Order: sequence, then structure tokens, then C-alpha cells
Amino acid sequence: MTTATVSPADASRSLKSRILGAPSAGPLLVLIGFCLIFALSNPRFLATHNLSIILQQTVVIGVLAIGQTLVILTAGIDLAVGAICVLGTIVAGKLVNLGYDPVLSMGFAILLCTAAGLAAGGLVSGLRLPPFIVTLGILGILTAALRLISAGGAFPVRDPFLAWTGNTMKLGGFVLTYGVLIMFALYAVVWYLLNQTKWGRHVYAIGNNTEAARLVGIPVRRHLLSVYLLAGLIYGIAAWLALGRIPNADPNAMQSANLDSITAVVIGGTSLFGGRGGLIGTLIGALIVGVLRNGLTLAGIDPLWQDLVTGILVIIAVALDQMSRRKN
Amino acid sequence: MSAETTPHIVLEARNVVKTYGHVTALDGVDFELRAGEILAVVGDNGAGKSTLIKALTGALHPTSGEILLDGVPIHFKGPLDARHAGIETVYQDLAVAPALDIASNLFLGRELRAPGLLGSLFRRLDKKKMREEARRAMNELKFRLPAIDNPVESLSGGQRQGVAVARAALFARKLVIMDEPTAALGVRETGQVLELIRSIRDRGLAVVLISHNMPNVFDIADRIHIMRLGRRAAVVSPKTHTMNDVVAIMTGAATA
Ligand SMILES: Nc1ncnc2c1ncn2[C@@H]1O[C@H](COP(=O)(O)OP(=O)(O)O)[C@@H](O)[C@H]1O
Ligand SMILES: [Mg+2]
Repeated sequence: MTTATVSPADASRSLKSRILGAPSAGPLLVLIGFCLIFALSNPRFLATHNLSIILQQTVVIGVLAIGQTLVILTAGIDLAVGAICVLGTIVAGKLVNLGYDPVLSMGFAILLCTAAGLAAGGLVSGLRLPPFIVTLGILGILTAALRLISAGGAFPVRDPFLAWTGNTMKLGGFVLTYGVLIMFALYAVVWYLLNQTKWGRHVYAIGNNTEAARLVGIPVRRHLLSVYLLAGLIYGIAAWLALGRIPNADPNAMQSANLDSITAVVIGGTSLFGGRGGLIGTLIGALIVGVLRNGLTLAGIDPLWQDLVTGILVIIAVALDQMSRRKN
Repeated sequence: MSAETTPHIVLEARNVVKTYGHVTALDGVDFELRAGEILAVVGDNGAGKSTLIKALTGALHPTSGEILLDGVPIHFKGPLDARHAGIETVYQDLAVAPALDIASNLFLGRELRAPGLLGSLFRRLDKKKMREEARRAMNELKFRLPAIDNPVESLSGGQRQGVAVARAALFARKLVIMDEPTAALGVRETGQVLELIRSIRDRGLAVVLISHNMPNVFDIADRIHIMRLGRRAAVVSPKTHTMNDVVAIMTGAATA
């Protein structure tokens, strides 16, 4: 027999195997690899100025990817990330431009985004519709509705509160926006929820084996609802961060939000089959997407090519995930 | 049948009927589980074993009949009610979350929170305590496993089912019901799980074991409840009856 009775000593695996076996080791190597390539091909890439730009460019996708991670961990997928976020920017922008209080306007917009998440969750958990179809439907509905509301065009949003998250502060030669700090704070909070609370444990269990979760008495439907609700809330906060980056509400914005957020999550090592992965990987994944877009822009490559490369990346990541599942 | 001092009856069913349209799954079945025993439930396919278990655990509502726990009539609205009453069930298909570690699986749905403000306000899990308790329970059940923070998917099928069985043992206050827990397992792994079932009984819990495997049943059961056509055909002791006797009763070729 190769197994031994459980003893406390078993718990302390060697540090080396812990680091190499950590699920985010792979993504981290990919991130470092891309940074090396871009740094070698363009010395401007590593300039502190450019690094802080990369962080700022990562903020919106990085935050959207938090919600996307939650949904994917339950074995779902959210194709309405960008649309819900745009809902937030348009509603907040419209209300402020109509003269309403900016804090209330933004609050109401975030509330609407949360409601959109709740609607998705209700359809997924209540009617047991596939998340893919539900969120695709919401994407279509919101996109059309928002174009109608804004008469098809983008409009500027000039309000100090809505733009606040784009304000900068210096941290030892490094320029950070408040948006970047909010992003890191959100990662920390949701990481805590996922890893240190019962709620997070149950998110993993539901994504990993829904039937087992039901059998041990986890209220699966209510839990799914809470996941989509939280995701919607996070997309609403992302809308505020988006207005801080670009003071413009555009119904046609965030076309590549689905691709980018799903790529960030999947490259970060979270399985599309649910129940495996986590937020540290997603943060690294979002940085990979940000670094990639920034590096390619610095190299003078057309944004369409960036989508192409991101597309290839997400397919490779999913293929690796699939292969590792087959081995098990 | 044995007529010693009448033992305490933990779980009892009287004349339970369950129909699905024209199909009669249970046709007035009686059932009796004594404290501290391993009761095997055997019967042909379609004899009503699973339906009986579901009726006992609140997973379905009988059409008529009575179920008593410790002599008190009960009406479970669902499996959760049964669990709250101290009845744990282990299902045939491995009801574990493979990507979660052993300790997390043992405490799934019943996680322990940290003491003080950390637990009550910040809802923080007490992972250390859960790991310790898991270790203690596995040692107590003498079930051999690798490190408690390994994911369950790194275990063999028998060890995985062992985790599901141990979870039931850890939380059951009265009895554990198992619906073919070894059906998907190899010989050696089945042996491990049977050992585990013995340890559960030795801790004083009553066990209901549904199984198709006669040698296993005769190896482990104190009494054998034989189902036939939705009724209890007989309850026999493995000491007084042979496997052939039991099979004959199951198929209707003989009566007890
Ligand atoms: N949900 C159901 N709907 C209709 N018939 C059922 C249902 N569940 C069980 N039955 C029928 O009840 C009988 C007993 O089934 P079951 O309890 O599963 O038997 P066993 O577990 O002994 O093989 C069978 O004839 C089966 O077809
Ligand atoms: Mg059955």
C-alpha cells in the first residue's frame, strides 16, 4: 500500500513543489515571457511611464474579469460583461448630463447593472437556461436598447465625480490612478470571499459537481443568483472606472470586452468547465492581455491584429485546459 | 428468527406504498432498522430498494404508510430534514467535488467558521480546525488517505467513496444509509469501503447498506432485508441462511 495514515507532517509539502505546483505559476511565466519579448524589442516598454499606462489600460478589463471569473467558476459564461458595463456608463452619463446629482446617478447606474446581473442569474438558476444563451440574449437586448437611448452616438461626460477614478497619485515615481487602486482592492475583497468564506467554497463546489453540491444541501439556485448579482455589481463598478479612463459614454464601446475578459480568466488558469482556478490567475491573465495590447501598440501593430492574437491565445489556453482534464 | 431481548428500533417503516401512475414501486413495504446493526437490503432490479431508501430519507413522499424515527412518526419534506434528524445518505455515484481537497469535501455544506469577530463579522472559515477534525475523523475511522489537503481527484475510486462515506459518518447522529456504495469500485477498494462501514457501526451508528454483491453482504451484514416486488419478502440472518437461500427468496423460488 502506498498510502499512509493521515498525519500533520503530510500537510507541509516542500516549498519548491508548492511554488511550481501553484496553479498561477504557468500564467506568471507567460506574463514574464511576453514582458521579456516586448522589452527586448522596444526599450520604451519597460519605462515606468509605460508600465503605469499598462496598469491603467488593464483596469476595466481587469475588473470585468473578476465578475467573469465568478461566473465561469460556476461552469457558466458571461457574454454580457461589456454590455452591462456600457449600460452603466450610458445611464450614469445621461443622468449627469440631465443635471442629476453625480453620486446618485452613478449609484443608480451601478444598481441597474446589478439588476441586469440578477436578471441573468434568475434566468440561469430559475429557468435553468444555459448561461451562454441567457447572457448572449442580454447582450443583444442591452446593445440595441442602449443605441436607441443614446440615439446611436457617443456623448461626452464631464463631471469630476464620474472622472474621479482617473485621477492620479504618485507612488515612488510610479503614477497610479485611483481606478488602479480600486481594481486591486476589488481583487483582494473577492479573493477573500472566494478563498476564505463558505460562500466561495460553495461557488467552487457548484461549478465542480452541481449534483454533489445539491446533495450536501447547498442551496444551488440561490447561490447561483448571488454569483450573478455580485458579477453585475462588479460590472457596474467597472463602468465608473471606465468613465474615469475615458470621459465618454459610447454605446458602441467595449466590443472586445467578452474576448478580453474570457481570455484573462482562461489564460489565468480558470477552467471553462467550472470549479477550478481563481482570481490570482485572472489578475495575471488580465495583465497578460494588457501587456499584449500595449506591446503590440508600441510595435505599431493594428488593433485588429491584437484581437487576432488574443483570439489565438484564448484558444490555446482552452485547449490546454481540455487536455489537462482528459489526463485526469 | 432471533427472539432475544427486543433491541431498540431506530428507523421503521410500516406498510409504505409508493405508486408512479400505474407502476407500484412500493407495495406495502415494512422495514426495521435496529440500533448498532448493519442491515443489508437486497433484491432484484426493480424490487424497490432505491424507492424505499428515498422514502426513508425524505427524497420522495410515500403515497401512504408510516415512517418512524426512534418510534416517533416523521414526515420529512426533503433530504435536508432527514439530515437534520441525524440521517446521512451516501449515494452510488460519487457525491464529491473532485477539485476540492479532502477536508473541504468532508465539511462541504457544513463548514466551520472561525471563532470571534473574524468568523461572525468577516465570515472567515476555520480551515485549520476543519483540517484537524478531518484528520481526527479519518484516523478514528482507520481510513488510510494521503494528505488531507490533496484534491479528492488525486485519490483512487475507493478512497473517493471513502471520503463520501466518512462525511456521512462524521455528521450522522443516528444512522447512515448507503445505496450501492461499492458498485463502481474494484475488489480491493470495495474492501476498504467495507472496512469503513464496519468502523461506522463500531462507533455505534446503525447502517443500511443496499448491495447487489452477495459475498459482500454476507461478509458484513448483521441482518439481511430481502425486497421482492415492492414488499419485504423476508429478513434473514447470514448465520442461519446461505447465499442460495437469499437468492431463492429474492427471485420468489422460496419463502423464508
Ligand atoms: N420516478 C419513477 N417513475 C416511474 N417509475 C419508477 C420511478 N422510480 C422507480 N420506478 C419503478 O419502481 C420500481 C422500483 O424501482 P427501484 O426502487 O429503483 O428498484 P431497485 O432500486 O430495487 O432496482 C421499478 O419498477 C421502477 O421502474
Ligand atoms: Mg436502485
